[in-house]
Amino acid sequence: MSTPATLTWFARHEVRLAWRDWLAMMTAGRRGRELPLAIACVAILIVMHLMAVSMVGSHAATASITDTATLVTVTASALLTFALMLSQAVESMTRAIYARSDLDLILSSPVAVQRVLAIRILTIAASIALMALLLSAPFINVLVAQGGARWLGGYGVVLAMGLAAAALAVALTDLLFRLLGPRRTRLVAQIVAAIIGATFIIGLQIAAILSLGTMSRVALLESTAIVAAAPAVDSLVWLPARAMLGDVSALGTVMAAGAVMLGASVLLFSARFADHAVAAAGVALVSAPQARVRRGFRSVSAARALRHKEWTLLKRDPWLLSQTLMQLLYLLPPALMLWKSFAEGTDGFIVLVPVLVMAAGQLAGGLAWLAISGEDAPELVATAPIAPGMIMRAKVEAVMGAIALVFAPFIVTLLVVSPFHAIVSAAGIVAATGSATAVQFWFRTQAKRSHFRRRQTSSRVATFAEAFSSIAWAATAALMTVSIVFAVIMGVISLALLAGARAISPARAYAS
Amino acid sequence: MREYPSALDIRALCKRFDRPAVDHLDLTVKAGEFYTLLGPNGAGKTTTLRMVVGLLRPDAGSISVFGADALADPVAAKQMIAWLSDEPMIYDKLTPFEYLEFVAGLWGIEAGLAEARARELIGWLGLEAHAHERCEGFSKGMRQKVALAGALVHEPKLIILDEPLTGLDAASARLVKNVLIERTRAGAAVIMTTHILEVAERMADRIGVIAGGRLIAEGTLDELRRQAGKTGTSLEDTFLTLVAERAAAA
Repeated sequence: MSTPATLTWFARHEVRLAWRDWLAMMTAGRRGRELPLAIACVAILIVMHLMAVSMVGSHAATASITDTATLVTVTASALLTFALMLSQAVESMTRAIYARSDLDLILSSPVAVQRVLAIRILTIAASIALMALLLSAPFINVLVAQGGARWLGGYGVVLAMGLAAAALAVALTDLLFRLLGPRRTRLVAQIVAAIIGATFIIGLQIAAILSLGTMSRVALLESTAIVAAAPAVDSLVWLPARAMLGDVSALGTVMAAGAVMLGASVLLFSARFADHAVAAAGVALVSAPQARVRRGFRSVSAARALRHKEWTLLKRDPWLLSQTLMQLLYLLPPALMLWKSFAEGTDGFIVLVPVLVMAAGQLAGGLAWLAISGEDAPELVATAPIAPGMIMRAKVEAVMGAIALVFAPFIVTLLVVSPFHAIVSAAGIVAATGSATAVQFWFRTQAKRSHFRRRQTSSRVATFAEAFSSIAWAATAALMTVSIVFAVIMGVISLALLAGARAISPARAYAS
Repeated sequence: MREYPSALDIRALCKRFDRPAVDHLDLTVKAGEFYTLLGPNGAGKTTTLRMVVGLLRPDAGSISVFGADALADPVAAKQMIAWLSDEPMIYDKLTPFEYLEFVAGLWGIEAGLAEARARELIGWLGLEAHAHERCEGFSKGMRQKVALAGALVHEPKLIILDEPLTGLDAASARLVKNVLIERTRAGAAVIMTTHILEVAERMADRIGVIAGGRLIAEGTLDELRRQAGKTGTSLEDTFLTLVAERAAAA
């Protein structure tokens, strides 16, 4: 056992917390699920290896560090991974400062807070690198198996990217604190994290639409224009790609750079992080903003009161609103595609139909979770003199209203370009929204709204059912534009998916 | 003593989880009565009250609220009931004023009447200065006051409170007690669980003692003392004697 309050003692404490947190997240906090979880992890790894064979297997032997096209593709893949790691790191750093779970205890104890926060930063870096290594392992393993040991450098590059992402996240969080102060940083950092995660992939799609008229990122990366415009093969830009492709000196440089970046950020910022943690603790003590004073009560039905309450709570919670609407970032490329097709008189908007339906299903799932499972005063609502069916109907209407608000501009624009596709899209959106809401209703649990980002952990089945139903309705809508027969078949499959989810959902609780 | 109609009538109520939580419980509370339910942890107090307000379905038995069958017609029964738990559940992003408007909407109270009651309650509970602030920065005591105002805004005839004084400072606790006594004078029935025996001793018209899911003693403080065979003792001594006798008998 290590000596209390030493670096290794804190490191052991942090690792134990991180492990238990992960385990609780994966098992939804229920005991006895460790073995099924282990079996599921192995199964997922096998499936991912099989997927990796089909995705990268053919490139393993041919890829070369002197081929610009290969360097572009590998670098783009690395950048995409890095963007996601950086996004996760910024979110974790923010949570480390604002989550009060044990910070009050640590800050009030006679230990050097700087030391504790340094360990916390390193733990976050390790967890991010570990997660990225686990996700990229199947691809690297397949490349090693089919292309030789030179691909092992991939592990080193992923590790270095994890360290660099954590280092940049620390610097970025510190910058936000200094610029915005503790009250605004939490919200802005969450938004920044989401934007970082989405920007690269959306940027590629937008570039593909503008240059090639397609949403395919692969087509853009493989285009002759990009390859021709890329720097020479000996440029430093390609260092991570060269390291991944087996250049040992490049690998050493990349790994050293990652380690130096993280070490420097820990030395420079851990003391400031302690100050930020203290400042963040004071945020809760600041009185809440005054709401606009209304003149008086309005006579409303219970259903309207419930709908109005849902919309008010969402509107007044910038963090929740940003988390919910962040999913809409992915609608930017289809919106651009729609605008471009509209301007050029082409039929590119056909690809929009499934994208809109899928996005509506995902957004509805989040909103329905908030309305149904994230009810802050469930006992108040359950003890009100209203039939349970009416409560649920009002909540569904609240979700539908929000979805209508978001997707109406798309449908109206499509209506001008192609009424048929507008009708199909609208029908698909209604079906996907209704299905996602129904799934959330069947699998409802009582949770805090602040746990929105971790809502998937309460029921894996619900998560998959919601995702598959959105995909199925998107496919149905897409098929409707080409073949009514196939669309009907897909629609039946979508309904069967829902029926299956309903059949295995937990028994309804009496009160709600 | 004046005779009142029955506000709550529970007959042979049963609820079982992994063991019987409520076991053939009979309980009657009259209108205008302040009834305190005492019992050790896990005795079945909260389970009983949650069944009355419709948060749990009983395995067997009947519940009648001012003559309305709470199991057959829960909406009619809920119209007359208010429920306040020890952990006030309010909306952080709403102000007390908006919260009360929402509750009034749920209970279908006419806007003018609801607003007048809300203003009266806000003043009564000393919340005027915070009436238009969001509840997110409120202390536990203030949250409990907001929840209490929400429970009273629809003028319930049966007020059920589970440990309502937990975490309140002395001034707030006295305020809540005064509000509840005022309501019983207006004809409402109050049923309250508490571990603060001094409160039960001073406020309750009648006290019920639950242990093992059954009502083991009931009556005024003097009647309980007689049942325990300990005249002139405190409620604490009486309560502990009754519970110990029950444990020995079990």
